[in-house]
Amino acid sequence: MLAYIIRRFLYAIPILIGVNILTFALFFMVNTPDQMARVQLGDKHITQQDINNWKAQRGYDKPLFINAEKQGLETLTQTIFFDKSIKLLAFDFGKSDEGRSIGGDIQERMWPSLAVQVPTFIIGILVNICFALIIVMFRASLFEFSALTFCVMLLSISAVFYILGGQFLFAKLWNLVPISGYLGGADALRFLILPIIIGVMAGIGAGTRMYRTIFIEEASRDYIRTARAKGVSELNLLFKHLLPNGMIPVLTGVVVVIPQLFMGSLLMESFFGIPGLGSYTLDAIQAQDFAVVRAMVFLGSVLYIIGLLLTDISYTLVDPRVKLS
Amino acid sequence: MILPVFLWSDLLIYTLIASVGLFLWQLRKNPQAKKRWSGVFASKVGMASFIVILFYILISLLDSLHYREPLPQLNGVEQQEVAYSSEVKSVLDIVLSPLHSSNESTYSAPFALHSFAKENMTDTNGAIYRDFPRLKNAGSHLTDVRERSWDILWRSVLAILLGILIAAVPIAAHKYYRNKIAQGTADHSGSDAVPWNVAYSTVLIISVIGCWVLSLSEFYHILGTDKVGSDVLYQSIKAIRTGVLIGTLATLVTLPLAIILGISAGYFKGWVDDVVQYTYTTLSSIPGILLIAASVLLIDVYIETHAEQFNLTTLRSDFKFLALCAILGLTSWTGLCRMLRAETLKVSQLDYVQAAHAFGVSHRRVIGKHILPNVTHLILIAIVLDFSMFVLAEAVLSYIGVGVDPDMHSWGNMINAARSELSRDPVVWWSVSAAFILMFTLVLAANLFSDEVRNAFDPNTAKGDS
Repeated sequence: MLAYIIRRFLYAIPILIGVNILTFALFFMVNTPDQMARVQLGDKHITQQDINNWKAQRGYDKPLFINAEKQGLETLTQTIFFDKSIKLLAFDFGKSDEGRSIGGDIQERMWPSLAVQVPTFIIGILVNICFALIIVMFRASLFEFSALTFCVMLLSISAVFYILGGQFLFAKLWNLVPISGYLGGADALRFLILPIIIGVMAGIGAGTRMYRTIFIEEASRDYIRTARAKGVSELNLLFKHLLPNGMIPVLTGVVVVIPQLFMGSLLMESFFGIPGLGSYTLDAIQAQDFAVVRAMVFLGSVLYIIGLLLTDISYTLVDPRVKLS
Repeated sequence: MILPVFLWSDLLIYTLIASVGLFLWQLRKNPQAKKRWSGVFASKVGMASFIVILFYILISLLDSLHYREPLPQLNGVEQQEVAYSSEVKSVLDIVLSPLHSSNESTYSAPFALHSFAKENMTDTNGAIYRDFPRLKNAGSHLTDVRERSWDILWRSVLAILLGILIAAVPIAAHKYYRNKIAQGTADHSGSDAVPWNVAYSTVLIISVIGCWVLSLSEFYHILGTDKVGSDVLYQSIKAIRTGVLIGTLATLVTLPLAIILGISAGYFKGWVDDVVQYTYTTLSSIPGILLIAASVLLIDVYIETHAEQFNLTTLRSDFKFLALCAILGLTSWTGLCRMLRAETLKVSQLDYVQAAHAFGVSHRRVIGKHILPNVTHLILIAIVLDFSMFVLAEAVLSYIGVGVDPDMHSWGNMINAARSELSRDPVVWWSVSAAFILMFTLVLAANLFSDEVRNAFDPNTAKGDS
């Protein structure tokens, strides 16, 4: 087991290097620092001197890969590639184009993101499983047909409409909660309740359909038929036999997204003004602050790889037949 | 004379439609595929959603025939060269010309006669007062404001009758043709499978709504006007092209990558498999939206530094639009690729593939004849699912500011504007509602259709398919 985990970690290294090279190519070779400076400073009346100053302030004035002016190891370390890309591998995110420490920002903004994402995630799964079980209970009936049609309708609506509609109804029309904003501590609940409700709502369509497919597949297994033949009541069958076994694919399927909860939701946070990592990323995109975007890309891929690893481990935990080798 | 303008996206969509037509023509000969497809169209939902999608595609095709109008010649001066207007129009604009030309000064509600905001006006005595001004292009034929409801009512009745009439002609003709065929063959078994009545009623509903919208929009802004006073209905109809094209073109980009890489990874195994697996794990580990945003920002920089290549705004937005489709496609082929790889691994272990190897059949032929036909269902299901995903993604991306050009009509841009509109008092709800309705109809139709395709093609769910 331990050997497997270590090997997977080693396997993650080339992927992270690949991500690094890809983002580096996107941000520095296709789009040179000169162009970046020009866009940042605005198009009119800028001299080469302004551009050079801008680059020097942010450390973009070094050569890309090899610094011929320096001696020894410094020919490789005093370059943009080392400074901006390799250091990411050691989780040294450097400074944003505005001069703030990205690592500090991330630590600070992680918590509001988690405060929205974790409840949304847990409540979402519970609600979806309940709905899926109810649909499975009434399978092959008019109820199932209408419920599934309703699910397709729900998942055909863009997340933006859920947010706009929810804000309009709950916050503007009925005045139940504030439209947007965030406060720390116990006050946060007031601001969090609407994003959580909307997040759960937006996921119901797709989630319920997916879990229903899993449960329906489980319901066609032999052990269910045996249990029914023995005279187990339908409710018992559903909750004592089907649910525990159906939870295996459900849980292993959701494990991969758990680490990504840190990243926050771009849409939710920007609509509700929650100062989390999602709105941080969005602000960086809109301000063209590539240092932050690169850091978030790297963080996202690290979390994804952790998610893949957790998925593998969770398989062995819930199903003893699976052996990692 | 008008000057035809061929945008790259126009050419692409017409080539695409032509090749899909050719593909379907080829498919005629394949009895198994024919049976599967007739399974899709035998279901009522499949039929109805297909017609709705077809209607959307038709509108976007009409909107993809672009031209530039010549500017009017100056009086008495013979000009050697005709100067063309810098505004690129499409054939759809001819149909919608009453909408396009009828601008107001600012917001107005659907069917409103008065503007949304008060303005300073002078009465007959020269005194200045503030009131809601009458709209220039809504209900200007009315002498009395109170006549409006009756006017709308009888115009609606007329339009609905006209719509029924327009739809009745092709329906009756088709019915007559079907009866004739049925009499000729005296075999009723096959023809009854297709739910033609559902098709007829869908066409009828679309025709009635279309007629009602077109005839009333000549006299009113039936979906109101936006901040700068242009008609919301016109914008939302023009946005259909953006939505449909982003769905089809981005899907088109994903397919070759996913199919070639996925199948060769599963078929050749070894180092090819390693490389492909590494590539898609790396790509999918990057948060999709960030990768898209980063690439779009780069395209923006490219356009800014190469401004001389894009002398027309339409050319610029078209380039950005195509780049966006390419980026969306390049970042979302990994899911299908993974599925194709797994399925190919399974299929290439089957006996008949091994037999083909033993006979010395070339790799190319094995893949083309034995592997590809057995994974087609995965590709088909992915095409229809991706389509609706991309349409939804456009709205989110435009909101974040990395979507299509702000000059281009799109649902995402309309929703983007809605944020400030919904916080006004009274609320400006019509713009976002229009985008919602049109987008919802398209995505719902695509999702329902994809369900039917899945039912008909997926061997795991296929029912009664002996």
